[in-house]
Amino acid sequence: MEHRVRTRLGDGSSTRMTRAEIRADLIAGSEIGARRAKAPPLEDHEIGHLVDIFTSEARFSAVDMGAEVVLSFDGSGNLDAGTRVDELVGYQNHLGADTLELYAIDYSYKAVKTILTFEAQTMKNAQFGLIAPLQYGAMPDLGRYSMPDGPIPNWAELLPQGRIAEAREAQVEAIEHAVADMVYVADGMWEAGADGMDFDTAGAAGDGDLLAALTAVEKIRGRYPGYGIELGMASECTLGMHGELTYRGERLAGMWPKDQLRMAQAAGATIFGPAVNVNTTKSVAWNVARACTLIKPCMEIAEIPVHPNVGMGVGGVPMSPYPPVDATSRVSRALVDILGCDGL
Amino acid sequence: MGDPLGMACSHALASGMGGMRSAGDLVGRLQMTRGMRLQDAKAYVAGRLGVAIADLADPIVMHDVRRDLGLGRIPVQDLTYPAHAGGIEAKFRIAEVLGIPINSVDRFRECAGLGVAAPRQRRSGAS
Repeated sequence: MEHRVRTRLGDGSSTRMTRAEIRADLIAGSEIGARRAKAPPLEDHEIGHLVDIFTSEARFSAVDMGAEVVLSFDGSGNLDAGTRVDELVGYQNHLGADTLELYAIDYSYKAVKTILTFEAQTMKNAQFGLIAPLQYGAMPDLGRYSMPDGPIPNWAELLPQGRIAEAREAQVEAIEHAVADMVYVADGMWEAGADGMDFDTAGAAGDGDLLAALTAVEKIRGRYPGYGIELGMASECTLGMHGELTYRGERLAGMWPKDQLRMAQAAGATIFGPAVNVNTTKSVAWNVARACTLIKPCMEIAEIPVHPNVGMGVGGVPMSPYPPVDATSRVSRALVDILGCDGL
Repeated sequence: MGDPLGMACSHALASGMGGMRSAGDLVGRLQMTRGMRLQDAKAYVAGRLGVAIADLADPIVMHDVRRDLGLGRIPVQDLTYPAHAGGIEAKFRIAEVLGIPINSVDRFRECAGLGVAAPRQRRSGAS
């Protein structure tokens, strides 16, 4: 009977697979990613390297010495010990963070706007004591501007009623509010000494959400040439909640990571974070192969650093608040080895 | 965010540069604020520090480099550095060594009235 290696599924649970089954999963994950994004599948030697990573019995896996990358640590801290500044010090001094991010638990620029003076003061205090670069992060979160949370008619209710034009009009109106809030927070954070801004999970509410983020990035870049701006995505394919929105003449709906990166670069971002969501019923190997296939085309055109998202449930890391170390380390190594990315 | 051992520690040990234990924060700063690709940022930092690129993630080499250049180090129980540059002080040195502006340093200089700061990039209409 062929030896079965202990490995993981996308929900973090353990399973056992033969070497042949792991290879088959890697090929299947790559092929489905290639079909969806019209990208080339991984090459034989890349599949072979992933087979070696995922059939190892080792508890931990890591890149070669000298191949280390920058880790951007979006949302540094868990808000469970001391103050937020204490947690940033912990990430810097104890966890080897290359960059840091101050954030509020309500990770939305609409919410942060109302407490900006408090957040900016915390940024200023943190900058006095920290040495690693420190950005501020939250989500564009376009859905928050719709009723009942916001002032705009809710397009998610209008669309099922067939009121397409009204739904589109509502999203365009919401974009104006979201852009104004993101730029307002960026202004305040710059004055407080922030090194950068992070627009995380851009596109979570669809193409309008992404357009709001890109527009904000462009405005902020125009005002502050030296400001760091990270644009992190919500998913591998931009949903067409509006369907006809364009940025610099290109339709955003249906964009995959390579085109998302082109838009981020055009807007003036300094770091791009592609996100590929995890299928919890498939193996981690399957998910990693799919993520690598979808993100790899980015690396051919990247002019700015590319940091694939590898939080819980993205990039291949299991969808669990307590991801197993064996799985996280394999994902970390696999993305760096296969993609040659600039960071995670 | 997330379980620090399963997320932050695992990634840091599997693929990270090591932050302030080495030169990860310096390379990260060039990525974040200058948009430099990894190899360009590593080469730039290595050149400014006078070390090999391979040394950038080596905590033994970088401890001495950071000490000599005043770039800040991590205090560990009986090794503390109260008489050396830390926090914003170290960032003054980092700005000088890397030859880049650092926003918090410029703000500090301006607010403390320390000489003539580089012209600040203010939003239009700001007072």
